[in-house]
Parts: sequence; structure tokens; C-alpha cells
Amino acid sequence: MNAIAAEPVATSGLTSPTQFRRILASEWTKLRTVRSTPWSLLLLVVLTLGFTALFTALTVSQWDKTDVKQQAQIVADPVSFILGGGFQLSQLTICVLGVLFIASEYSTGAIRASLLAVPKRTPMLAAKCAVFAVVVFIVGEVVAFPTFFLGAAIVHKKAPVSLSDPGVLRAVVGAGLYLAVLGLFAMAIGALVRHTAGGITGVIGFVLVLAPLAQLLPGSIGKHVHAYLPSEAGHLIGQSSQRSDDLLSPWQGFGVFCLWTAVLLGVAAWLLNRRDA
Amino acid sequence: MIEARDLSKRYGEKLAVDHLTFSVQPGKVTGFLGPNGAGKSTTMRLILGLDRPDTGRATIGGHAYRDLAEPLRVVGALLEARAVHTGRSAYNHLLALAQTQGLPRKRVDEVIDLVGLTAVARKRAGSFSLGMGQRLGIAAALLGDPRVLVLDEPVNGLDPEAILWIRNLLKRLAAEGRTVFVSSHLMNEMAVTAEHLIVIGRGRLIADCATEEFIERSSHKSVLVKTPEADRLAQLAISDGGAIANRDGDTLTVQDLDAAQIGHLAAVNGVELHELTPQLASLEAAFMELTRESQEFGQHESVPAQAVSDASEVSEGSHA
Repeated sequence: MNAIAAEPVATSGLTSPTQFRRILASEWTKLRTVRSTPWSLLLLVVLTLGFTALFTALTVSQWDKTDVKQQAQIVADPVSFILGGGFQLSQLTICVLGVLFIASEYSTGAIRASLLAVPKRTPMLAAKCAVFAVVVFIVGEVVAFPTFFLGAAIVHKKAPVSLSDPGVLRAVVGAGLYLAVLGLFAMAIGALVRHTAGGITGVIGFVLVLAPLAQLLPGSIGKHVHAYLPSEAGHLIGQSSQRSDDLLSPWQGFGVFCLWTAVLLGVAAWLLNRRDA
Repeated sequence: MIEARDLSKRYGEKLAVDHLTFSVQPGKVTGFLGPNGAGKSTTMRLILGLDRPDTGRATIGGHAYRDLAEPLRVVGALLEARAVHTGRSAYNHLLALAQTQGLPRKRVDEVIDLVGLTAVARKRAGSFSLGMGQRLGIAAALLGDPRVLVLDEPVNGLDPEAILWIRNLLKRLAAEGRTVFVSSHLMNEMAVTAEHLIVIGRGRLIADCATEEFIERSSHKSVLVKTPEADRLAQLAISDGGAIANRDGDTLTVQDLDAAQIGHLAAVNGVELHELTPQLASLEAAFMELTRESQEFGQHESVPAQAVSDASEVSEGSHA
């Protein structure tokens, strides 16, 4: 302890690649060392596979009672049906985890330690986003493929589907992409609200509540608002192809979702730099 | 090493820090003293780049905190409010901080050992007592072996043993040539720890001087006199330039004259004395008086009786 460190060195302004790698390592440590992370991700896997099995099995057993239009829809796009049922509720685990990852730093005060270590706030937010998106994407893919195979096996007799069918592989990979961007979307809301309960409520509002509300809007306005809502646009990536009544193609929809997320993250970064911690 | 220039910060209606200018030098413990709500924590947050000042600038070694490339290797900070995720272990909290500076894991073990948390390092920080939490905060501050330490109320809520530990640690760090800036609302604590004091009240600078000088300046001396001829002695004292701060039966508290002068006055005029005791106002009382009306510093013609009578409990002095 006797040697005093050298004169302080100021940065040139930008964060060097070495520094950014260090921040990434730190954010990875933070993510993996709280209980909410393994629990949320485990819940994602269990709920997705569970609901996939439940919804597909129920549909198959009720096939003859299902109306013809719905049958036709499932047959035309089985992958969308499988993934839609599976991820409908389990995606909420990512919403919660995304908000928690950043808002819990505020609720516990840990953000102060984080900002003392990394006073440049935009790189800190960027590293946090990068780590979270990569982790959610990997776990998302790890759960998306078994989900597809499980669902496909169950609906096989009524609506056969294979990974090599047009658009199917993109839809399955898209499920992981959707979850990763959803995680970032939740983080952006968490960073804006800086309050865990408020942030979770906000994200769930966006993901589950706004869509049915938008549908109540009359005529074409309602249809457009609904189509451009973040989660509604985002989950189009889980369809094998654009349906006749969809305003956006799968990639366009995903792009709209990314745009929403990017704008919210931009606002979050701007506020993070302006607000007192 | 730490420089604050014209720092101001307003939170809504309240001006928490009001055009503060001071500097903190290396090699000694500098106490940052002021009553609760004086703006000490806010000033420290401004120095540490957590809050943005409305006016002025704070620098450390000439750089704003936000511009430091590896801040924890330059400045170690302990904030008053907890800054630890309650669900994370002490070890992982420190590890995540160490990684941002490229510090090795070995260093994490070292600081944990240094603050005596080895046995609980893998426990969740949320389960820590106040004292353990403070130790973890100190560990985080020392992590990067920084040359500047900014510690907000480090002894708050600690038991006497831990207070002594921190006191000695701070003195040792300063003796190594580091800049040690410690806030407290307790004058007595600072009197035994700090060599230099920066005193603020209502966000404004009240004093920036050596601790000794501050004590000298703040202690209003007075003399307690017991005499059956209180009225007469009071008149004599006043005509000789003294002031009567308090009168209680045959007991007078005389200011602006020392014991020798009063003794002489009594002897010359044939006044019988039963007691003649120099009083030293307690530091704490004097400090409270100074900070209560921060504007009034420097014009201490009279000390209200309250401050002096509070002081009498701890008065030092001998019968003349």
C-alpha cells in the first residue's frame, strides 16, 4: 500500500476497446451473480416448452371442433402457431429480467458504485445492453429450437411442418432475435423509469395491454396503430411468411420493433447522461 | 489534489451547495464538517461526477471525475447511501468493480482481507449489518489503491472498535501521501481525526483552516466567578471591558476578561471571591453555534448563554 499510483490519466473522450471489454466483463459478472437471472431464464425455458406442449396438444385434440378458418391458418403457418403459443406468456420473464437488470441498480443504490467505476454513462449502458442481448439471444435460441421440434411433433398429423420449409428456419431463429430485442426494450423502459415495479408494469403494458386496446380503435387507424406497436410488429418475425391481412412483412415488423427499441434506448442514454444518479 | 471552484447545486427550491470554493491537499486527513443537510453529501457527489453542478467545477488532479480513464485507480469513494446490490455477494460486487478497471481478482481478495470481511465475502450484501456494509464500502474505495479518498460519513453507525479502526486507517492513508477527504457532522470526531477542516453550513463555506486554528477560533473563552458581591463585581467587570454572559445568584459568567484580570480586579477592589474558573466552550457547542447562523461567522462578539452553559459540563479549567 505504500506505492501511490501515478498521476491520474484523463481519457481522450472516447472509450477505448480495452475499456469497453472491461465494462463488458463487469456487466457479465453483474448479470450472472444475482439470483433473478438464472431463475428468470429457467422459467423462460420451462414455461415456453410447457405452454408449447399444452397449446399444441389441446389444439390437436380439439381439431374437429376448431373452426375451419383457424384450421386453415394453422396449416398455412404452423411455425407461427407453435412459437406464438409457446412464447406468449414466457416472454414476460424476459420483460421482467430486462427491467430488473437496470432498475434494480437504482432501487439498491448499486448504480452509484457502477457510475463511480464507469463515469462515462453511455458506454456503461451500451455494455449492459450488449451483454444482456447476447445472453437472451443465446438462451432464446436454445429454447426456440426444442420448442419448434416439440410443437412440430405434436401438430404433425394435422399441420406438418419442417425446418426446411420456406421461412421456418428464419421464424425459429427470429424467436431468439425477438426475445433479445424485447430484453433491450425492457431495459430501455427500466432505465427510463428507474423503478423495478414501475418498469415491469410499463413493459407489460406495452407488450400485453396496448395491443388489444389498439384493436378497439376504429377502422384503418386502429389497424395501423396495432400493426406498428412494438411487440405486435416484433413477433411477425416468428411467422413463416406475410399474411394477407398483415401490413408488414416479418423483417419489416422486426425492423419496426428494433426502431422502437433504439429510440427508447437513445432517450434512456440521453437521460442517463443528464440526470443525477 | 481535489479542487472545487464556485460549485453550486440546486434541487428544486433548495440551494444545497452555494458557490463553494476550496481545495483538499494530499498528505493529511481533511475533515469536511457541517450539520446534517449542510450540503456535504451533495458536494461529494458533485466531486465524484454523480450529480452535475449548476455552476462551477470540481476536479481531481486537474481532471473532472467523468474524464478519468480509470477512476477507481485515482479516487476511492464511500458514499453515505448504500451502493451495493443487495442480492449480490460482497466478493462479486467488488469483482464487478475491479473488472471495470482491469484489476486482478487477487486485489479483490486483498481488500476483503484488509477490511476483515473474508468470512462473509460470499454472503449476499443484503444480509450485512451496518458495520459490515461500511466495511464493504471501504473495501470498494480501496480497491484501486487510489491516491485520493472521498469518504462520506465513514463512521456513521459504527461501534467504537470500528470507529477506531477507520480513524487509524485514514491517518495511515494520509501519512502515505494520499489525499483523504472525510465528511462528518460530528465536530469531536473530526477534531481527533482531521488535521485540516473545511466547514460548511447551508451549502456555504464557513471555514477552511487547520483543525487547531478552528478550535482556537471557535472556543469562546469565559470565566466562571462565584462571589457574594456579584452585582458589584459585574459592574467592575463591565467597566473594565468584560461582558456578563450569565448571572445565576452569586455565580457570574464573564467574557472578554481572563481569570487573572478578574482576580486582579477583585483584589484591587476588595471583592471576596469563592471561585474563579476559566471555561472552555465545548467544540461541539461552538460548532453548532457557528453553523446555526452560518452568515454570522467572524462576528462573534457575544456567545449566547446556551452555548456556554452547555459547555460547562465538559469545561476544562482549574481554580485560580
